[in-house]
Formats: sequence, C-alpha cells, structure tokens
Amino acid sequence: MSAAQPTKIAYTGARLLDPETGLDAVGDILTDGEKIVGIGPSLFDGTPPSDANVIDVSGLCAAPGLVDMRVQIREPGEEHKESLRSAGEAAVAGGVTSMVCLPNTDPVLDDEATLEFVARRARLHALTKVYAYGAATKGLKGKELAELGLLADAGALGFTDGTVGIADTQVMRRVLAYAATYNLMVVQHPEDSSLTGNGVMNGGETATRLGLSGIPREAEIIMLERDMRLVEMTGGRYHAAHISTADSVEIIARAKQKGLNVTCDTAPFYAALNELSVGDYRTFAKLSPPLRSEEDRQAIVEGLKSGVIDVIASDHAPQDQDSKRLPFAQAAFGGSGLETLLAVSLDLVHNEDLTLLETLAKLTSIPADLLGLDAGRLRAGASADLVFFDPDIGWKVIGDNFKSKSKNTPFDGRPVQGKILRTVIDGRTVFDAKSDANPV
Amino acid sequence: MRDPIFPHCHLLGIEGLSPLEINRLLDLSDPYVALNRGPDNASESLKGRTVVNLFFENSTRTRTSFELAALRLGANVINMQIESSSVAKGETLIDTAVTLNAMHPDVLVVRHPQSGAVKLLSEKVNCAVVNGGDGSHEHPTQALLDALTIRRRRSKIEGLKVAICGDVAHSRVARSNFYLLLTLGAEVRVIAPRTLIPSQLDRLGVQTFTDMREGLKDCDIVMMLRVQNERMMGSFIPSVREYFRFFGLDREKLALAKPDALIMHPGPMNRGVEIDSDVADDFERSVIREQVELGVAVRMAILELLAKNLAADRAAADGEK
Repeated sequence: MSAAQPTKIAYTGARLLDPETGLDAVGDILTDGEKIVGIGPSLFDGTPPSDANVIDVSGLCAAPGLVDMRVQIREPGEEHKESLRSAGEAAVAGGVTSMVCLPNTDPVLDDEATLEFVARRARLHALTKVYAYGAATKGLKGKELAELGLLADAGALGFTDGTVGIADTQVMRRVLAYAATYNLMVVQHPEDSSLTGNGVMNGGETATRLGLSGIPREAEIIMLERDMRLVEMTGGRYHAAHISTADSVEIIARAKQKGLNVTCDTAPFYAALNELSVGDYRTFAKLSPPLRSEEDRQAIVEGLKSGVIDVIASDHAPQDQDSKRLPFAQAAFGGSGLETLLAVSLDLVHNEDLTLLETLAKLTSIPADLLGLDAGRLRAGASADLVFFDPDIGWKVIGDNFKSKSKNTPFDGRPVQGKILRTVIDGRTVFDAKSDANPV
Repeated sequence: MRDPIFPHCHLLGIEGLSPLEINRLLDLSDPYVALNRGPDNASESLKGRTVVNLFFENSTRTRTSFELAALRLGANVINMQIESSSVAKGETLIDTAVTLNAMHPDVLVVRHPQSGAVKLLSEKVNCAVVNGGDGSHEHPTQALLDALTIRRRRSKIEGLKVAICGDVAHSRVARSNFYLLLTLGAEVRVIAPRTLIPSQLDRLGVQTFTDMREGLKDCDIVMMLRVQNERMMGSFIPSVREYFRFFGLDREKLALAKPDALIMHPGPMNRGVEIDSDVADDFERSVIREQVELGVAVRMAILELLAKNLAADRAAADGEK
C-alpha cells in the first residue's frame, strides 16, 4: 500500500449493495488501511471523520469487488497473449478484485513450485488478487492424479484440467474421491472430446450452412450425466464450468434436488449470445463450449433466474491476433471476458430477469463461498475490495480499447449499459475511470 | 478326536471364527514364544508329517516363517515356488491340487495371487490347508500374529482403538485384521486416501478417516500397511512424496495417538513412504520385529492343531474300516 494515501477513506453517498445481507440503501463506507471498518445508511450523519480522506461517490452503486472464478492467464508460457500484469489491469477495469486462474499455462500448474511461482509473480505484478486451481491430472493429460494434496497445501482452491474435460471415467472417479479428502472441488470442463472430434462450432443449422463441423450439444450433456453418477458414487465436490445447453441446466437441477454436492457457472457469452454470432465466420465468436442455439441461451437465462446456475464467471480466454486471424476452423477457441463481465451481466437486470442484488450475488458472495475466499461482502471487518459503478451509463464495447493484451471479444461493437468508475482493492484505488487514459 | 474348541480342518480365513476359536489359537501359540526363545526349541510333535509350502506368489518372509515353524515341530517340509513348476506348463490350479493330494501331504500352506483360490484348492484335497495369503482377501496367520503381539503387550484386545493405515483396498492383512479385531471387541479405524478405501467399507464395522490427524487421535495401536510402488504413480496416489506428507507415519503424526501407542507393520516396510525410519526403529514403541518373531509361534500352533485334527479324522476313518 502506498504511503502517500491516508489510512482512512470515507466513500459517501453511494447506493450500497451487499448481496449476502440484501442491503440496498444509500449510505457510506469507511475503510481503514486494508479493511472496511464501517458501512451503513447513516454511518456519518453528514460529517465523515475528520481524519479520513473523503471520496464523494453519490449516485454510484457500491458493491463488493467481483470474484471471477474462471480466468485464463497465459503467464507463464504465453505472455504475448496475456501476462499477470495485463490480466490484472483488465481485471480491475472490469471490477474484478479476486480471480482464479486455470492451470493450463506452460508449464502446467501441477506442482507446488509452479503454483508458488504464479503466486509470487502475481503479488509483484498483478493489481488484483490472483488465486489458482491446481491441475487435476499430471500435465493435464487426464491419465494420472496430480499431487492434489501438495497443491492444496500450496493454496490451490480446487482442481481442474482447465479447458479439457477428464475423459477417462476411472480417472475422474479417482480425482473426485481423492480431492474430497481435502474438501476441494473438482472443476470440470464438461465436454466429451471424442464426440466433439474436430468440431468448431455448435452442431446444427448454422454449422451446416457455413460448412463447418459441429460440436454436438450431447458432448456436454453426456459428460455431465456421467459426472453426476460419479459424484453420487464418490461423494466428491463437483463444479461444472461454463454450462451452455438447456439439458445441462436440467441435469444440474436434478443433481441438486438429489442433494449431490454439485454447483455450476456460466459465462456472460452463453446468456447473451447464440450461435448466430458466428455469422460470417467471426472467429471472435469461436468459443469453447461453442455458442449454442437461441433455445439454449434462453434456458441458460432461466437457469440463472431459478438459481440452478450458481455463478457467473468471465471465462476470460485471451488469444492474440495470430491465433484468431485464421480460417474459422483453424482459429483458436476463446473470448476475452474480464472487462465486459459486469456490463454484460447487467443485461440480466436491464431485461428484468434478475434483480441487481441477485446478479451481484452470482458475481461476488456465491463464488467466494464456493472457493472458500474471504471476499464478496460489504461488511465491517472484510477486506476493502470494492467496485463503484453506474448501472445505467451506456457504452460500446471496443476490443481495441481493452487493457488485456488480447482483444478477442465476441461482444466487439455491442452497446452495453453499466460502467465501472472505480475499483478498490485492500483500501487502495487500483482503477479510476476519470484518470484512466484509455477508458473502455 | 478333533480339538473341541477349534474343530476345523483348514484355516482359510478369520471371517466367521468366534472369539472362542480365535482365543484358542492365540492360547496355543503363546507357549511357543517362550519355547522359541529357549536354548532347545525343537519339538517332535509333527515328526513324520509332511508340510508343503505351495506358493504361487513370491514370498520370503511368510514362507520362511512357515518353513521354520514346521521344521521346529519336526515335520518334513517341501517348498514349491510355482512359477518354475507345472503352472508354467499350463496346469490348472485344480490339477495342481489333485496332483499334490495324490502324494498324501498332511498340511498344505498355500499363497495365491487370486482372492478365493486357496478355498477352491482346499475343496479338492483331503489334507489340512492353511491360507498363507490369497489375493486381497485374507491372510489369517498375519492377523493372528498381530493379535498375539497386541495381547502380550496390552493383555487384552477388547476396547483398544486400533488404526489401520494405508492401502486397505488391496490388503489381505487389513481384511483379516478387521475380522479378528472386531470379533475380539476392538474399535477399528481405517485411515487412507479415499482412492484406497473400498466402497461400503464401513459396513464391515470399521470407521473410516482420510485425515491422519483425526484418525490417530487416542489410538492404542497404529498399524501401517505397505503401499505398492506401482499404485503411487498417479493411479491411486499422485506420488510418493505426497503420500508420505499426508499418510506417512512420522513423529509428528504419531504424537496424536496415545503416548504409549504401539507401532506395527506386516512388512516389508517402505521406509520414507508409509513410515519414517525414526518411528520404525523406535524400540520402545515399534513392535515390528516382535511381530516377525511371534509369527513363527503362531504358525507352529496352527500347523500342530490342524495336523492333530487331520490325524483324528484319519484314525476315525481307519476305525470305521
């Protein structure tokens, strides 16, 4: 923390939004050092403490900083696509104060040393708080258990093979059973790769018209169905990442009804877009899982409304130009997501599908709870990780203006509503739209 | 006449034996401990009898222990290590049994890599059969020697808390110990990673733990199991170093058990894998060498008892003729 800043800061006149307690009222926040020390509608009775630096945030919403549970950072290994520094800048511009990165770096995060390396680099270079999942299997190869216990000791928040599903049923069973020993979740990318084959977009009419090979919805559905059986068998903790089909919502709903220890997330891509975004071979809309049909998109929104889908995560997958400026089938999968996470999620509010508090819960307190992080709350004693935004300001997504090194957003050119004006981590302003040279 | 308390002609497993029967075997074993320690430890009680050690799986310790037990009782002993014998020529297990049976041995000690194979063989012969370990099923003489070790150190087994740690899924020693210790009224805990705990193990009456810190609390006996190296390459366990960190017995973890808790291991030990040398060699706490010693006594008692039961049957059959 910079010595130049006073230790006490008073944020006055904000619309306070705390999803955990349901607080939604105009009031003030007082932070001291790294912590929130006071919060409430009539905290100061008009006069903030004299020793505090006062920041007038009247008219803005104040929420806990976002907790993004699915981010790919390309460091180590592919720093030309994204580094911890650039990902951190993108994160804070997107209001993300804690993020969890996937282990699919080079080298893979499958041992203590690499995990420690990322933690150290993140402390030095990333503006935001960076956590990591450990690899579920050695080298993400899906064959042998990684050192899950040692990774857990080194701070891994869960285990995953990143962007590949664990195909071998026996291996998946053992990963679930073994991870349960440490009460950590297994985050699955639910996709049966043998069914996906060389598919590049959602299987269906659009793929047929474009002459592209399709990824059937069943690739996701079949693996989820199998995994539910394995969860029941092993008693493990399971989290399905970025679900994208109507049947996936149904499967997770049924598993929850049965009392299985299952949760899931989706990304704004799947709630906001459908396969038509691929349009004229737009490689920025080439995602994994692929953008699905309109019926699927609607079911994902319904899943968010009903609560079957617990979390919204950015699924940030930076790709450089060389990886995307290719014929569609040869282009890399993935979309940049950090800087549009909140704005696109707010579509759910503007369309009156969810309330503002419900939407924020899926971006803050719920993922924090799943990950076991002390984050995502506005309350005295919590870390002063805050985001101030105006939900109504409209702007247009322009990938070229992203802080992220990679500009591959499927939302490029899309008008959105909801702008982040200030992000605070541990009491320190790390993003301020007013002084930002290159506003999004 | 057969032994009135233990009238069986084979010892195939511990499961199903009553406390009375188990205690009979332990009571008969006890005097041999002193005898073996004495200057003149030879006995003549099996003179003229033939004991065949039929081992379909490599073994040094168990085979030697049985061989020594039989020799000390004055029996003739034949060791058959089977890879080098007729099985290699394609003979089935039952053919081997029938062939051996035709040579009229008195006791067959059989070890086989398949669970249930020893029982199958016992049905085809008319001599006594001792299970020297079948697959992942039972190893009754190991459980008996473990029990004798505990009983001599703690005077009784009832009420003791016993932790059995490690590869329970593949362990015949563990299963025989569950049956024996539970039958005699001990509280049995299993501590292992979930990948090495077979399904519905709790139905056998044991408590399962995945954290040594919880499982070892207040234990009287800590029994470590050997973990095969090939199971540590990522299939059941990620690595040796991870296993040792979480499930290897060292001073720090042992401190959670009772201060006088005994350390046991059926051998052979993997030092630095499931047990720290520092703990294994602690002569105040570790009874690992004593287990080996008492193994001979237990096997002497069993060979003698089964040979007597067999002789009683044969005498009765002669009488009927």
